[in-house]
Amino acid sequence: MDKTVFITLFYVFFVIVIFAALRVITARNPVHAALYLVLAFFSAASIWMMLRAEFLAIALVLVYVGAVMVLFLFVVMMLDINLDKLREGFWAHLPFAALVGVLIVLEMALVLVRTFLSSEGNAPAIPAGTSNTLELGRRIFTHYVFAFEVAAVILLLAIVAAVALTLRRRKDRRGQVPARQVAVRRADRVRIVVMPSEKKE
Amino acid sequence: MSILTGVLNLGLAHFLVLGAILFSIGVVGIFLNRKNIIVLLMAIELMLLAVNTNFIAFSHYLGDYAGQVFVFFVLTVAAAESAIGLAILVLLFRNLNTINVEDLDELKG
Repeated sequence: MDKTVFITLFYVFFVIVIFAALRVITARNPVHAALYLVLAFFSAASIWMMLRAEFLAIALVLVYVGAVMVLFLFVVMMLDINLDKLREGFWAHLPFAALVGVLIVLEMALVLVRTFLSSEGNAPAIPAGTSNTLELGRRIFTHYVFAFEVAAVILLLAIVAAVALTLRRRKDRRGQVPARQVAVRRADRVRIVVMPSEKKE
Repeated sequence: MSILTGVLNLGLAHFLVLGAILFSIGVVGIFLNRKNIIVLLMAIELMLLAVNTNFIAFSHYLGDYAGQVFVFFVLTVAAAESAIGLAILVLLFRNLNTINVEDLDELKG
């Protein structure tokens, strides 16, 4: 890729990611926050793509934008939240929070730029015909296979936990209980009443 | 002039600084939205995104796939975390009718 195009693309995605992230934490409406988070994930996936991590970029879009953010949106729309109460005193802590945030960025940037700016542009060339997915899969299914299986167990745990937490038995639900239907006996349902027949006057 | 060349010669540091900015936005988001659990969870997602970006940048510039494998596992655990977190959130709202962190003082800790 042409170097100028690469740099321009990087800064475009950079600005979009930062803008979207800032809107995520300041948006008044949680639905807007979730949508801006989708934008941030998408732009970050583009940056990952520029770093030649194609599989993970696609996985980020599929797993996060496709599943996790939809889950977020579902939950946000299910809840009926009083926004005014949640926003109380929102801006009161902004100066302090911004100060801490800017300090973190400055400290990290100083250290990182001094340490790593010298290593610019010396990324090892990727041989032509290398498939990122193939290389990643080769490592995951050989060297990291145990970690892979642990990850599968964690996902199963998440499914079971989420279902077990949110499952509830409604009391007003109408339904049939087959066991009780089968176990019923004649005496439970039928009562024979013997009545003397009335005499004609 | 040296700053301009530093800005234009794209290298590892640029991606790491992007990660640092994203991470601190996540931290500030936790400061600001300390009452709203949903936005708290989103801020945590932002911080995880920053960490993953760092991993991928290092993986690219060191030519080592281990970083990408680790991002794969981080994505897995983060998805599980947000699923369980949102389930707890739904349960909380069902029982207390609020998601304000300040109202969650049942344990009186």
